[in-house]
Amino acid sequence: MILSATLRAAPAPLSNAEPDTMHIDAAALSHLAELARIGLDDGEAQQLVAELEAILALVDRIQEVDVEGVEPLAHPIDLAQRLRPDRVTETDLRDHYQEGAPAVEDGLFLVPRVVE
Amino acid sequence: MSAPDTVAGAAAALAAGECSSVELVRRSLEAIEADPMLGAFVSVRADAALAEAEAADARRAAGDAGPLTGVPIAVKDLFCARGTRTTAGSRMLADWVAPYDAAVVEGLRAAGAVLVGKTNLDEFAMGSSGENSHFGPTLNPWDRTRVPGGSSSGSAAAVAAGLVPGTLGTDTGGSIRQPAAFCGLTGLKPTYGRVSRWGMIAFASSLDQAGPLGHGAEDVALLLQAIAGFDERDSTSVEAPVDDYPAACGAPVEGLRVGIPEALLEQLDPAVAGAVAEVRAVLEDAGVRCVPVRLDHVEAGVGAYYVLAPAEASTNLSRFDGVRFGHRCADPASIDDLYRRSRAEGFGAEVKRRILTGTYALSAGYHDAYYRRAQRVRRRIRDAFAAAFAEVDAILTPTTPTPAFPLGEKTDDPVAMYLQDVFTIPANLAGIPGLSLPAGFAGALPIGAQLLGPHFAEARLLALAGAFQRATDHHRRRPGDAS
Repeated sequence: MILSATLRAAPAPLSNAEPDTMHIDAAALSHLAELARIGLDDGEAQQLVAELEAILALVDRIQEVDVEGVEPLAHPIDLAQRLRPDRVTETDLRDHYQEGAPAVEDGLFLVPRVVE
Repeated sequence: MSAPDTVAGAAAALAAGECSSVELVRRSLEAIEADPMLGAFVSVRADAALAEAEAADARRAAGDAGPLTGVPIAVKDLFCARGTRTTAGSRMLADWVAPYDAAVVEGLRAAGAVLVGKTNLDEFAMGSSGENSHFGPTLNPWDRTRVPGGSSSGSAAAVAAGLVPGTLGTDTGGSIRQPAAFCGLTGLKPTYGRVSRWGMIAFASSLDQAGPLGHGAEDVALLLQAIAGFDERDSTSVEAPVDDYPAACGAPVEGLRVGIPEALLEQLDPAVAGAVAEVRAVLEDAGVRCVPVRLDHVEAGVGAYYVLAPAEASTNLSRFDGVRFGHRCADPASIDDLYRRSRAEGFGAEVKRRILTGTYALSAGYHDAYYRRAQRVRRRIRDAFAAAFAEVDAILTPTTPTPAFPLGEKTDDPVAMYLQDVFTIPANLAGIPGLSLPAGFAGALPIGAQLLGPHFAEARLLALAGAFQRATDHHRRRPGDAS
């Protein structure tokens, strides 16, 4: 039964894998870190390649399910976005919410210069 | 006399004038202070809680008491509580004070509960052991060399250790039910949309739900009653009628059909199999018909979940950029440096793993093969449950594959950790309610069994749990009992 196989062990990475059957390499991880704007040092990056590879091998089980003709499901309950009258109902609480901010001035958040 | 250690017991004792809220809260604060090694709490609101306890006693004296007036409660540190540090167990929010109350905190306050503090958790709700918190690990009160489970680790440990009678946790892939099972508690993940997510720090928005942990079904029901209901501030909140959950615990169960997916029970740990078998036997004695049921595709749930949850997390956690709140790195050289270093410093290893996995699943070239495919598997799983519930009223499964494992056993193997959630994840994918109840012991370690129901069938699950708990006493055992 597939579930008991799931429980026993995650699939080990293929020992004779060709580079293009692996999911992810150092360059790909670097690209992901860039997209996610998370700085990684070399040691972390190396470990993450191995860990993500194992996770993606687990995830690959979803390729075995027959999903022919099945629409994606974004939410478990069939909900439609509720609408409401187009009236302003929020109050201005900017000062209150900005109390926990790292750096503010005149109600604006301060960051390093973006535009040269 | 000793303080009643259950939510229902505390409420009854307060109503009977056997103790005051100040006494209960003081005892709770002393117990928390006496046991820092347990790691159950991130912050304690000692002065505020005592003031609230005094106010609760005054209201009761004036004849103005609600169902939870004066009962000490704690909530997972993923819920915003105004004026209180709300950290998500992360360095990213280590000093952040929430400017408003979460909807569930409002609900508890409206019912009169006293918020004693914020419980420890796996960072941003990502984990199954309680070992991923920036504020240190949480221990299992039944065996302190073992994990309490996660991510609602502190919420479970605090109740099991008798620090508070009840808590709120959150459950995205099992994070209420699995620690409840490891700690010998009753824990409920409500139907998606049953409880408002307003003020609950988001991990995976289509999977997250808030829910109660307590010793028994009545305790869980009292807490659920205070937090269930429609909230227009949460666009995924559902306008479904709220049942009387405490009354449901005593409802008859004769004639209900409970399905057991036998294929899921092959090659199970013998102690876990024994616990499920006992639940079956006790329910049958109470007039329930237990029958085999099919649940196709649920074995693909873990794979689908570890695409969908990280994908949604990668989006939800993109707001933590050092700009508006939370950790900011020192002396950023550029806006990019601000983002990269604030996030590198603020997030722990598991959070980074999940953000990167989610980024992969959503990135160009992989979106269809991973994210869209996982969503189609999700529909398959939801439909499998719908088909099963055309035949049965509830489904019985184990909660976890094994009892609590030792600290450090799975920290080097993320996938082994993920497989802890194999029985709990399908309910989050399908949005259905799931309840874990104490069903037995392996030596001194608790074992949980899980009841699943159709959408909005919490009352039925509480009735089944109530029937089981009237005939058994696993939920009455405490760590350190002579037996």
